[in-house]
Order: sequence, then structure tokens, then C-alpha cells
Amino acid sequence: MTNEELKSTLGELIPSATFEEGGEWVNLYVPLEEWKPVALQLRNHPSLQLDYLFCLTCVDWKTHFTIVYHLSSTAVRHNIVVKVKVDRNNPTIETVSDIWRTAEFHEREVYDLFGVTFLHHPDLRRLIMPDDWKGWPLRKDYEDPVNMIKL
Amino acid sequence: MFSLEGITKAIDTWLNAHFNSTVVLLAECVLVGVAAIALFAVLGLGLVWMERKVAAVMQIRLGPNRLGPKGIFQTSADTLKLIMKEGLTPDGADKFLFNLAPFIVMIVAMLVLAPISFAKNFQIWDINIGVLYVSAVSSLSVIGILMAGWSSNNKYSLLGAMRSGAQIVSYELSAGLAIISIVVLTGSLSINDIIQSQQNGWWIFKGHIPAIISFIIFIIAVTAETNRAPFDLAEAESELTAGFHTEYSGMKFALFFLAEYINIFIVCSIGATLFFGGWMPLHIGNWEAFNHIMDFIPSSIWFFGKTIFLIFLIMWFRWTFPRLRVDQLLNLEWKYLLPISLFNLLLMTVVAIMGWHF
Amino acid sequence: MIEEVGTTTEGDLVINVGPQHPATHGVLHLVITLNGETIKKVEPHLGYIHRSIEKMCESLTYRQFIYVTSRMDYLSAHINNHACALCVEKGLQVEVPQRAQYIRVIMDELTRIASHELWWGAMAMDLGAFTPFFHAFRERETINTIMEETCGARLTMNYMVPGGVMFDLHPDFQKKVKAFIQQYTSKINEYDELVTGNIIFQNRMKGIGYVTKEDAISYGCTGPVARGSGVASDIRKIAPYDVYDKVEFDEVLETGGDSFARYLVRVKEMQQSIRIIEQLIDNIPEGDFQAKTKAVLKLPKGEFYQRVETARGELGVYIISEGGTTPYRIKFRSPGFSNLSILDHMVRGHKIGDLVAAMGTLDLVIPDIDR
Repeated sequence: MTNEELKSTLGELIPSATFEEGGEWVNLYVPLEEWKPVALQLRNHPSLQLDYLFCLTCVDWKTHFTIVYHLSSTAVRHNIVVKVKVDRNNPTIETVSDIWRTAEFHEREVYDLFGVTFLHHPDLRRLIMPDDWKGWPLRKDYEDPVNMIKL
Repeated sequence: MFSLEGITKAIDTWLNAHFNSTVVLLAECVLVGVAAIALFAVLGLGLVWMERKVAAVMQIRLGPNRLGPKGIFQTSADTLKLIMKEGLTPDGADKFLFNLAPFIVMIVAMLVLAPISFAKNFQIWDINIGVLYVSAVSSLSVIGILMAGWSSNNKYSLLGAMRSGAQIVSYELSAGLAIISIVVLTGSLSINDIIQSQQNGWWIFKGHIPAIISFIIFIIAVTAETNRAPFDLAEAESELTAGFHTEYSGMKFALFFLAEYINIFIVCSIGATLFFGGWMPLHIGNWEAFNHIMDFIPSSIWFFGKTIFLIFLIMWFRWTFPRLRVDQLLNLEWKYLLPISLFNLLLMTVVAIMGWHF
Repeated sequence: MIEEVGTTTEGDLVINVGPQHPATHGVLHLVITLNGETIKKVEPHLGYIHRSIEKMCESLTYRQFIYVTSRMDYLSAHINNHACALCVEKGLQVEVPQRAQYIRVIMDELTRIASHELWWGAMAMDLGAFTPFFHAFRERETINTIMEETCGARLTMNYMVPGGVMFDLHPDFQKKVKAFIQQYTSKINEYDELVTGNIIFQNRMKGIGYVTKEDAISYGCTGPVARGSGVASDIRKIAPYDVYDKVEFDEVLETGGDSFARYLVRVKEMQQSIRIIEQLIDNIPEGDFQAKTKAVLKLPKGEFYQRVETARGELGVYIISEGGTTPYRIKFRSPGFSNLSILDHMVRGHKIGDLVAAMGTLDLVIPDIDR
């Protein structure tokens, strides 16, 4: 599907979603509380078939976090970008690891580096940093006088 | 002409001329012991060097080439290093068994040396059950390996030892049956008799197809018994780091390493004795002229030549084949080799009874 | 009684494979739970070589950060650099000269061959055959020498920069690459004779680490791992970059889904790479090797995502720019990370020896996973 067709389909499917202009792929913001059912629909909708989550990451905007999901379809080859805003002081979001299995590792990484809690995640532990590490390294306000060199 | 028999005779006559018989017996025991240990050292160093050179040729590289001509002293230098290294014993290990294990493996390897005939009339101990003795004693080495694996208190070692136990016990059967098929032909267990029976041709030629089959089974089984690739599951570097000798270092490790090469030498010399006539030169029937020329080559050269050829074969396997998985290894033995060798033994018996061999 | 696979009960053997272990090819740490020799669970522990490259890049300029990325997947350093350069170019909207595009693709494909060669040798070594490793290195060494002449480095080349490539080609480059193709095609039979056709090798690989098409997609597997299960996932075909849309090559697909299928995909991919190089090497156009760009690069505000196909799979570079000289946030979607996540799924119920055979075909490069 072209981006225009995608936009109209997605607009019908998720009335509460807002679109962001620019970029090569369709960008849409989904409200936090609607994310899980929307994710299921994106995965299973017959004309979308977004079965492949190729990137899951988080961006620290200092006022809030944005969890960014890059989705693709292996059948019809279109890509969309879904963004979900999360409160920075108490970042929690539903896991999608039961929908796209690859999310299990990616969510653990995001938890490890940003401190976002994924609800109902099967095994949410630190993945990369040591288990007793304090703080969330990729946050913008993270300070580490030993390991970080300020330029 | 050079012969080992002459040297031993000369020493024996000289000793008997100067001392009484008890002293002679003691002196000869000591001499034999020293000679056996010297042979061990030379074999260990030589075979390791040979393995490295063979590997190098197959892997398009040079191999050791710095110490001495063609790097021949490289293994001596390595041994020196291993002697100087600290022999660590892990804290959690069962210290007595841990330190005993390498010696058990080594002693077993030494014991098997006794009945092997290195040249014409040159043998430590000519017992009438030579072949049986060899296969009985060589299977004891599994005790040393299990001991090493268990006492190391390391999971890798334990897994390696367990694999080794299963493997050696299984392949012992095929190796034994392959040996028996030759014993059926000769009608004797004595190594000397077996060699004498090959006066007019080696069993691999005289014994038709059953002999060739049992040689193939024998070489596969002994490769497995000595824990060599493609059956090196007990050590399986990429799976178990180093298997049963993961925790060993220094000279204790070197003993395992040495025992492996001594075992290869022993099984290959048994193979050479059974199938290629031991020290017996290549004789073709009653073709006197040819046989006579062959007799000019000293018997010790014949023996070591054949043995080293078989050792090369086993090294060739190691540097060509990938490793088997543990269940495939046991399947190969119990589902293929054992039935084939049982059937082959039957065939061999028929051949022997009907007198179809040459 | 059949116990449920995946649970730990008393009497299970828990083994740490790694961080130093011959089969993990780096500092990967796997905690495996065994029942006898049968694997019940594999749990990867990462981070032994974590350098937080994403955080480092936030304070590096768009010219500087490319050097760091060579250290991620060091076996396909060129392709990492290429991905970053493409992503920055996308933001700058720079037209890369044709010559640079040709050079980049040739370099990418040479890197792919070199990477697969190393994998091929290491794979055989994992299965206990030492000799193939040296045979693979014979060819890899030739590629490294070619790289060294043009780029000045053998492993972390840092050759591709935004706007093109850093230097022009070495005068001998075309001649040497052709000689390499000659050498490679004359040796390819040796590979098959030594490893592919070996009965032990085939028995070790067939039916091991089975991944269905659905699982491969769901776990985000890319590259040869996905293609071994029949998922068409080659970014060079899906979203061609540089001159990949001008060359003819086949996307290698196997439907077996087991370790042997993944093995075949990689071996055949090397031949496809040779095919690509053969088409390009004689037609490198004259001209600039680098576009004119400003000394200090500033990306406009926005988000840029570039996908490329490395030797291991899909590498994504996600740059979020606030209009400054450094990225606000950068994310590398590394192929190894997603491919590793399927390891537990594919080896449960197999033997330890199979863990090595299955993990080998994932072709993990640990710095790529940890970043």
C-alpha cells in the first residue's frame, strides 16, 4: 500500500491516532492506553499484516519518552512508524512481546537503558548492564563521572 | 646388518658372563624399564611433532619451524615449559583422585606396551594371551578418564568423562571383535604366533574381504577408543572447552596428552601386527627372489614404518572430519559397527573352516 | 515420563557457556540448563563488550560517529559505515557520485564474502573440523590485502564517509579483485568437497535448530537466518540503495529452516556476491569519488532511518536530529541482536553439540549485539 492508502486505512482503524508529517514512512502517534489493542489490530488486520517489528526503541525528549515501533509487512512490503508517548516520571507501557516475539529482547534493552517498565513482559530484567547497575544510561540526564567523558 | 635382536643378545651374553643370574634378571628389568620410558619420551615428542607437521601440511601452513631443523625440537621445548608450569589443583577438587588420574592413564598406556613385538625376537614379554591382554588392559584407561572428570568438580569435565565412558565401553566391543576375527584365522592369541602366521603374506591380503572389513572396523573403533577426532567427544573443544582435562595444567596435563599419543602408537602397532604382519617384511607367496630382497630391510623398520603409516591415517582423519554428536556416535557403534562386525566374524569363521584364505 | 522442556527442576545441570568459551566467538555468556546432555533452556547474558555506542554517538558529529560504528559489527565494518553514510546523506539530501556508489557496492560485497569466509571456517571449527578454517582464511586474506591497499586498514576500514568514499581506489584495485575472483572460483569446489558434502557434517546440520517461517518473522530474524527459513528479507532487493538496483543477482532462499539450510544460504550468497562484483568491476565510471559537502554537517530537524543488508542481516540506523551538528538520539538496529533472541527457541530439546551447530549458523558477532 502507498503511504496515502495506509494513512486512510489507519485513520479509519484508529480514530484517536494523530499523524506526523515528514519522513519516508507513515508516522502515527497512538495514545498510551489504546496501544495494546491497536498493536494487535496492526498485526492481524487483513490489509495491513504488519507482522515484522524491525526496530523498537525509545527516545528521551526530556519532558516525556516516546517509544518508537518500526513495523513492516513481509507479505505486502509497507512500513509504518508507531510512536507512543510515555510519562517520564513513571514510564510504563504494555508489552508487545506476545505479538511480535522479537520485542522481548528489544523491550528488555529499552528497560535496561531507559528504565521503561513493560507490563506483562515475561522476563523483564537488565539485559546489557550488570544486574546491580544504578540508573538508566541512555536518559539525557544520566550522569556517570567515571565512564562518561564530556566533550 | 642392523638388528635390535643382536643388541639384546649381546647385552644378555655380556651380563651373563660377568654376573650371576639374579643380578642379570634385575639388571635386565631395569634396562627394560629405562628403555620403555625412553621410548615413551621419544614417541611422545616425535608423534606430537609429526601431528603438528601433518596438520600444517593439510592446513596449507608451515607448522613448527624455528627450533632445530624443521622445528624438530619444538615439542621438547613445549615439554620443558609444561614441566616448569605449576600443576594447579582446584580447591573444590577431590585432591587424591585428581592427582592420581593422570598416572592411571599413563600406567595403563605403559602396561600395554609389554607384549608388543617391535622387531624380530624383540619383545618385552611374550605371553601366550598377548592380544587378549592388550584389549583387556587398554580398556582400563577409561577408569583414569572417569576419575579425572569426576574429581575435577567441574561440569564440563564431568560431561566429558561421561561421554568418554560411554564411548570407550561401546567401541571396545567392535575393536575386540575385529581382533578376534584375525585370531580365528591364526588360532593363537600370542602376538608372536600371529606374526609368524603372516610369513607368506599379510592377513589383510590373505584374509579376503572379511579381513578388509575387520580392518576398517578396527581403525574406526580404535580412533574412537583413543578419543581422537572425529570421535573426540570427551574433549570436544568447541562444546566442552577441553572435556575431562579442563582443570589440568602443567605436567599433569602433559601426562594426559602424552598418554593419548602413546595410546595411538599402541593401537596402531596392534593394527600393524594383526593386519600388516608386524615386523614381518612384505612377502608374496613363494616368490623367493622378491621375499629375499624384502628380508634385507631390518624388521624394526618394517614395524615402525607400518605403525607410522597407520598413525598418519588416524591423523588424517582428525584434520579432515568434523566431530560426531554423542547420539550419532553411539548409533554408529550399536546400530552399524557391532552388527557388521558380528556378521563379519561369522564370515571369517566360515573362511577359516573352509580354508578359503591363502 | 516426559518432562516439560523449559523448566528447571532439581537435578538439572546448569552450565555457564562463556563469557570465555571456544564456541561463542567472543564474550557471549549463555546460561544453559541441561538434563543429561539435552538442553532445556538457554539464557543469553549480554553486555560484556557493551560500550554504549548509542550514547557516545550523541556527542559526536555526523562525520565522527561513523568511525565508532566500525567497531560494532567488525566483520562487516564497510557495511556499517555505508549504512551510517547513507543515513546522513538522506538527511543532507546529497547526491552521491556514481563512482562512489560503484565503489561502495563492490566494497560491501567484498566485505560480505570476507565475513562469510570467516563464518564458514569458524562454523566448521565449531563442529570439530579445524582445517577448513585455514582454507577460508586463505581467501579472506586476499580480500584483506585488497582492502588494505585502498582503505589503509584491514578490519575497521572507516572508508565510507557522508558524500562518498574517503579515498579513490588504488590503481591495482580492479586487477587484484579480478585475480581474487579467479582464485575464489577455482577453490569453490574444494569447499564443497571438504565440508558441504561430508556425511558427518550433513548429519550434524540437518534437522538441527529448526525455525519456521512464522517464527523467523516474529522473532525479527533477518539475513541468512531468515532466508534459510524461506523469508525473503534481503534489503538489497526490498529497498535497494546505491547501485544495487542496477545489478542482477538472486536472493538466495532455502526452505529447510534448519542449520544446513542456513549454511547453504551463506555459501550460495558468496557466489552471488562474486556475481555482483563481476558486473560492476569493469564498469566503474570515472569522476569524483566524493560529493562536495560542507566541513561541518548539520542535519535538518527530523528523523531518518536507513536499512542496509550486512553479512548478518538487516542493519537499521535511526537518527533523530534536532538540527544540530550531533544526533539527538541514534539507534542501531543490529541484526545479531534479533537473531540471538531466537537461539533459546531453536535449541530446546537438542543436545549440547547441537547448540554449537545451531549457534554457529546464527553467525553472531558479539560487539554487534552489545554495541
